[in-house]
Amino acid sequence: MIKANNVTKIFTGRGEVIRAVDGVSLDVEKGEVVVVIGPSGSGKSTFIRCLNMLESYDEGTVLIDGVDLKGFKTNLNKMRAEVGMVFQHFNLFPHKTVLENLTLAQQRVRKRNASESIEKGRQLLKKVGIPEKADEYPSRLSGGQQQRVAIARALAMDPKIMLFDEPTSALDPEMVGEVLDVMKQLAKEGMTMIVVTHEMGFAREVADRVIFMDEGKVVEVGTPEHFFTNPQEERAQLFLKQVL
Amino acid sequence: MKISEDSIFWKLLLAAILIGVAAGTYGSVMKIDYVWRWNRIPQYFIYQAEEPQKIEFDGTVTGLSQSGDMTIVQLLSESNEASSIEVATVDLKVSKGDELFEGDTIGYLYTINLGPLMHGLWTTIWISAVASAFALFIGLFTGLARVSNNYTINGLASVYIECIRGTPLLVQIFIAYFFLGTVFDLSRNVCGIGALALFAGAYTAEIVRSGIQAIHKGQMEAARSLGLSLPQAMIDIILPQALKRILPPLSGQYISLVKDSSLVSVIAITDLTKSGREIITSTFATFEVWLVVAAMYLIITSVLSQLVYYMERRLSISD
Repeated sequence: MIKANNVTKIFTGRGEVIRAVDGVSLDVEKGEVVVVIGPSGSGKSTFIRCLNMLESYDEGTVLIDGVDLKGFKTNLNKMRAEVGMVFQHFNLFPHKTVLENLTLAQQRVRKRNASESIEKGRQLLKKVGIPEKADEYPSRLSGGQQQRVAIARALAMDPKIMLFDEPTSALDPEMVGEVLDVMKQLAKEGMTMIVVTHEMGFAREVADRVIFMDEGKVVEVGTPEHFFTNPQEERAQLFLKQVL
Repeated sequence: MKISEDSIFWKLLLAAILIGVAAGTYGSVMKIDYVWRWNRIPQYFIYQAEEPQKIEFDGTVTGLSQSGDMTIVQLLSESNEASSIEVATVDLKVSKGDELFEGDTIGYLYTINLGPLMHGLWTTIWISAVASAFALFIGLFTGLARVSNNYTINGLASVYIECIRGTPLLVQIFIAYFFLGTVFDLSRNVCGIGALALFAGAYTAEIVRSGIQAIHKGQMEAARSLGLSLPQAMIDIILPQALKRILPPLSGQYISLVKDSSLVSVIAITDLTKSGREIITSTFATFEVWLVVAAMYLIITSVLSQLVYYMERRLSISD
């Protein structure tokens, strides 16, 4: 489904060269849920942003369903529509209503007509549990509700994969649960997901595979049971000791 | 700005200061030898033109028929050709049976005409309006060019903005008229409007650029992550949010444009300012004319400010 090979992202600033992502390879099967964890600054967010080219990588390749993101003939906009993304700060469009947030890209990118896209939008709002907020502006919603709208917005494109970039980090604690519930439900339905998160409970419960990153590199990969109970690498052990 | 409830004292103080300034000015004017001639001014807004109606041949008046304020004079030439001329009744110069010679005045026609101040005002308004439309267009595209990642496009926009912002508008108008106007054979109106549009366009571009850059970059990322192309994301997501934010500085720029348009009078476009100068040469009412001209500019800009204020309130509803 998604095949990242030796992805490297280099930032240069003030004479310093930082390899934010340093040769990361990852193979995700259809229906698999991969959770990426690691200390802040470990390059995990930068890495998943490379998977839909929000961040252009300097080396390596990313294939989605066998299509190279940097391929000469690749229509990047089309590829991005196949890869849903949920951001830490929701990034809803504040000048559009909740429903318009969901329908805009359907109409522009998927070329659906108005009634089709509205029906799909309402259906998804029901799925994330806030059908009554369709005509509100995002600023009127709580953080948890906004993030659920953002998930619905990404799902409206019928993506093959969903990327989550710390989806609960900017939320008040009491709202984390409602967002995680939606994500768990998605995982149960067989959505392919790559999730960057600090929610260890979620990782343990939902992940098929946990990837631990530090300083731009993949340090350890394993099943949740294995990773959380018996980590092999010292840095992973240290990290887990601090967060658990 | 919040004005406190018990502001009566401050209101009185404001009034006192304004009256003081007015009185001081009045006192100073009294000391110099200047004769105010306000009565000369109204005719430059609106005036009654009298046009003498003359007979074009030798002949006789065969009849008069009055209808209201007007009288139709029937004439018969020596070669027996009948004709008629309409004139105002009030100062009719002929009566029935009169023998007239070619060029004799039969009477007058009166028409109400707009004076040079009104013509100048109209010129100022339409030149500003046309220049504004072009400036908005130029500014939008230059502003987009300034946020472009393409080095050439970005560089071109930067050079344009630097050149315009680094030189005086007056010099730009001279260059537009005496240099470009001569080389490309352009009329003075085209040169004047072009110079104003390029000038305001450069400032608009910087406003548009800052407006776009003030939008959180997550908006662009979210739009692109959904598969929207760059132009789609700009049109649907970034620009609507940016335009709402830049409305106050943008409207300030266009109100300035109305005032800056007075500089086109130097290339002999008869706008409000040039009309004022022309009137002074015939009336010598220097003080009065400039005060009137200033008041007329003030009226245009105040109306525009009110309009913008109203628009801002309408737009802020979706917040």
